Amino acid sequence: MIKEMICVSCPIGCMMTVELNDKNEVLSVKGNTCKRGEQYAIDECTNPVRMLTTTIKVSGGTLPVVPVKTSKPIPKGKMFDCMQVINNEVVDAPVKMGDVLICNVCDTGVDIIATNEV
Amino acid sequence: MLKYDLVVIGGGPAGMAAALKARECGVQKIIILERAATLGGILEQCIHTGFGLHYFGEELSGPEYAYRFIKELEKTDIEVKVDTMVTDILPGNVIVATNNKDGVMQIHTTAIILAMGCRERPRGALDMPGSRASGIMTAGTAQKYVNIDGYMPGKKIVILGSGDIGLIMARRMTLEGAKVEMVCELMPYSGGLTRNIVQCLDDMGIPLKLSCTVIKTHGIERLEGVTIANVDERRRPIPGTEQYVECDTLLLSVGLIPENELTRMAGIIIDPVTNGAIVDEYRQTSRPGIFACGNVLQVHDLVDYVTEESQIAGEGAAKYILSKGKSKSRNGKDIHVKAENGVRYVVPQNINRSTDKDVKIYFRVADVYKDKRVVVTCGDEVLYNKKKKKLAPGEMENVTIKLDDIAKLSSNEITVKLEA
Repeated sequence: MIKEMICVSCPIGCMMTVELNDKNEVLSVKGNTCKRGEQYAIDECTNPVRMLTTTIKVSGGTLPVVPVKTSKPIPKGKMFDCMQVINNEVVDAPVKMGDVLICNVCDTGVDIIATNEV
Repeated sequence: MLKYDLVVIGGGPAGMAAALKARECGVQKIIILERAATLGGILEQCIHTGFGLHYFGEELSGPEYAYRFIKELEKTDIEVKVDTMVTDILPGNVIVATNNKDGVMQIHTTAIILAMGCRERPRGALDMPGSRASGIMTAGTAQKYVNIDGYMPGKKIVILGSGDIGLIMARRMTLEGAKVEMVCELMPYSGGLTRNIVQCLDDMGIPLKLSCTVIKTHGIERLEGVTIANVDERRRPIPGTEQYVECDTLLLSVGLIPENELTRMAGIIIDPVTNGAIVDEYRQTSRPGIFACGNVLQVHDLVDYVTEESQIAGEGAAKYILSKGKSKSRNGKDIHVKAENGVRYVVPQNINRSTDKDVKIYFRVADVYKDKRVVVTCGDEVLYNKKKKKLAPGEMENVTIKLDDIAKLSSNEITVKLEA
């Protein structure tokens, strides 16, 4: 099977052609211009993942929310489950850049970390 | 009297990178004037990742990208005044600025770097009938409400314009529980980055309606819905294609305008296509000693390119300051860079023949093209010729012209164009 996809590893957005066998295993990747593209194509066909960025409520800070991101990309299908957990959380100020605010969110093995100071 | 070697107007990514580079190149007394309460500019509300892949080789969020420069600035004695608004640039490079603490200041300086960024085209710039109901705002305004102020401006959303901020907000609002009905784009292609269409619309199952626009808004106090219609190739609504879409919020992502009021007041020549100053390879404007970089010069897709451009301006300003304004002989020996045949604009528009480095020319194309050659010529001579698989107006391109080639150009004009 041949799958066409656009790489989203960086803003260049390479058009890639991925060749898969019956077991959904990647046989070849073409059209990518870097190694990240090949990895993205393999991940996207076997286990699509995304970085999740959002905000967490802060109590007693200079601003009402602090921006956060996942420490690593999480499975695409778990984004909304993670959002629910994150939206139920309130953290106390001060929050520092890089603070781990939630550990192992939704058993993904990925942490939610602060991306600014509040 | 306040006296500086360099005044940088704007403390976003452009201003910070320019100031740091000028310091690295040996400029002593530098001050950054920032209108907002903090440094960082628009990056502070761009909480999504994708910044820094080129410059840092890492995928950072907007605030993280800004933080690195803010921390670098803190290590220097570069002065920063926040909550400070520049109101005029007088002859002789005197800046008029004001804030609550200092009142009105006149700042004398050897060089100025303009780094004021851009702003979004507002509703008033569109001919869209309807009352001034609440719920109609730019995508960037909604971004600030959600990411900084921490509340949602609506539940059922229509987005007009597929610029990057609109796409990013489509995903953001969906993640926060809103229903984004659709993104309407007037043009037959999106103005946003491909990755944003994939990650923000396709991932979230949000339809992108091309050649489609909002022709009317409904609701008096609060927006109740919009009428959309398809448009023909001349962007006129096609009768009979009207459709009512219920929504409480309309986000506009219909373009960015470089914020060049000060530039115009200073009498600097503006490029009618970029809406930014006409500059040379060091980003010096038509007024000696005044440089421009970042989104005030040309609207960029990537902050990484803003940083790169601002470092060029910072280096240029340093050369100007350290040589006391004699760094360049501009005796009509400039090489003019022309955009032609599918290339909408180029930056820089001028190159000094006596320049001391390779020059990267940035450009945007006018339409979506496949398998075209990017060609740079000077008379009959071909300086650059490379095939590109895909070119789109939403993605800035660049070509590098070698220093050796510039020195021996046969005429004073080079042309960047597309060929089959």
